[in-house]
Formats: sequence, C-alpha cells, structure tokens
Amino acid sequence: MSAILECRSLTKKFGSVTALNNINLTLERGKIVGLLGPNGSGKTTLIKLINGLLVPTSGTLYVAGMAPGVESKKIVSYLPERTYLPDWLKVSQAIEFFRDFYEDFDPNKAYDMLRRLNLDPDRRLKTLSKGTKEKIQLILVMSRNADLYCLDEPIGGVDPAARDYILNTIISNYNDNATIIISTHLISDIENILDEAIFIKDGNLYLHSSVDDIREKEGKSIDSLFREVFRC
Amino acid sequence: MQWDLNSEKPVYLQLVEQIQAGIISGKYRPGDKLPSVREMAAQAMVNPNTMQRAMSELERDGLVYANRTAGRFITSDEELIRQLKKRYITRIISEFLEKMEQLGLNHDEIVSLIDEVSENKGV
Repeated sequence: MSAILECRSLTKKFGSVTALNNINLTLERGKIVGLLGPNGSGKTTLIKLINGLLVPTSGTLYVAGMAPGVESKKIVSYLPERTYLPDWLKVSQAIEFFRDFYEDFDPNKAYDMLRRLNLDPDRRLKTLSKGTKEKIQLILVMSRNADLYCLDEPIGGVDPAARDYILNTIISNYNDNATIIISTHLISDIENILDEAIFIKDGNLYLHSSVDDIREKEGKSIDSLFREVFRC
Repeated sequence: MQWDLNSEKPVYLQLVEQIQAGIISGKYRPGDKLPSVREMAAQAMVNPNTMQRAMSELERDGLVYANRTAGRFITSDEELIRQLKKRYITRIISEFLEKMEQLGLNHDEIVSLIDEVSENKGV
C-alpha cells in the first residue's frame, strides 16, 4: 500500500530562520505517530505544510501521492492548535458546519461521542470551558472518515481524566487504513498509544522509529529518551 | 483487568506478561473468550497494533488461540497453564534471589528472613 505522507528534502524558512531543514520522512498507513519535539522545534510548521497552510521553501511533500490542495484536504482531518469555531455557535450548529464542509463527516459518530460525554448539543460554545471546547473540536475532527489525521497538541489544555477520554477517542475511532499524527510534548501521557515516534530537533529530523524498537534497543521509555536528547 | 504499563520495557511485552499473570491467577479462566483487540486496547489505553502484537505472541506460545469466526480464547490446555505458572514463578524467584545475592545474603539467611517477614504479615 502506498505511503500516506512522503516528504523529500522538505525545507521551510521564515526569512533567515530555518524552521524545517531537509526533512526526509515517509509514513505508512494504519499507524499512530507521535510528532515530538520541544517548543519551537518545527512540529506545527510540519503540520501546517501537510495541510497546505504553508508552502515549502524547497523540497516536496505528498499526501497519498498528492501535493497539498483541495483534493488532499478531503482526506486530511486537521485539529489546529487553536480553535477556529466562532463562540456563538451551538454545538449542534458546529456539527452542521462540519457536515456541510466535509463529505466524509459522520454526524452520528459525533452525536454518539457527545452523548457519552453528557454534552448537550444545544449549548453554545462560549458557555463551555476551555477543556470542553477542546474535546468538542476533537470530536468533530475524529468524526471524519479521513485517511490522515493531524492533531496539533490535542491534550495540552485538559485535565488527566479528560486526557484519558481523548486518547480513548483516538484509539477507538481510527481505522486500519488511516494514520494519525499527534504533535505534543506531553510524551509520557501518549507514548503507550503510539506505533512510531518522530523526534524533531531544531528543525531537523533527529529520529523516526517504532516505539517498541526504541524501548527494546535503548531500554528506555520514549519519555526518558526525549529528556536525554533534549536536555537543556 | 487492571493494567499497569509504566516500565521501560516494550509495551507489547508488558501486555504479554500481564495477560500471562491474569491466566495464572485465574482472572482469565481456561476457555474464556477474550474481548476484541480494539476493546482490550482501549481498556489498556494502548495502540491496537501493540495489543495485536501481544496477542500474536500469546498465540505463538499456545496460551491464546484464535477461532476464525468466534474470536479469541484462552487455551483449555491446563498442562500448558501449569507450565506457564512454573516458568513465571521461577522467573520472579530468580530475580528476587539475584537481588538478595547482590545484598550479600546467603541461602539460609534468605529463607529465614522470608519466614520472619511472612510471619509478621500473617501469611
């Protein structure tokens, strides 16, 4: 089966600052991949390149063989760092919004997850806590039947119990044909659900390996290895 | 089933060991049907591929078998479970003895200390 993501010599500069430097990366389908690195290492830049929000300075990036654009966006489900839904929307209206926008959106799945969270679809977003809003956003993104999910810091702002809920949502909602990229620096919380880890250090690809291979070879958890590699 | 997956070992090995422990302790009984890989993965909060790998290991050892249509089951071979129990306990005791030897205790001291401690605990 073809790769879901392929980057060749991918470089992104902002003026004189190199955010990503000569990245060569291939991701297969059916994996949960941790995109790990400290603040400012280039994680969000890579995710924005995948989603066509940024254009490479040089090199190429293909999603399922396509350059980022209208067609690739149909199969990529993106959870940005910050929410973009207007505050005055009701939860049910946000669901309608996604139904209008994405052919692969499954409203039943979204309502089902809302029910399990005991969330009233008639609530307006502005009446919800920050953590609950993040959960809603994740529910919307995971209710698409996409081929590639890009989750940028999905667990940053929520408490540990909600974190478990979110990880469970991720585990139980992806299919074998899809790949999920999760960017975070909260490694110990997510490392058990990862197949593969990518370390980005100062814009360079430092490591891309299966998580259990790392544990087998290094005798360390990903969290321990990360602390070692990125010691300040 | 309570899962405890905090060691630095590969996650699939931790899963294998804990399912083995469940079989030995009788939490999983011979012939029991196991939940689906996805359900077990969600319960243990691990990647379904990792749980799948743990299942493959257990199947290779014959502790778990897959029936194409009905799902996965714990073996009914009680002799196999007895052997597993023996191996598992031998490993734990060997690890314990190694630690005690590092502390400079000899066999007789270890045995009398075990008696003393278990008496105090009322075991």
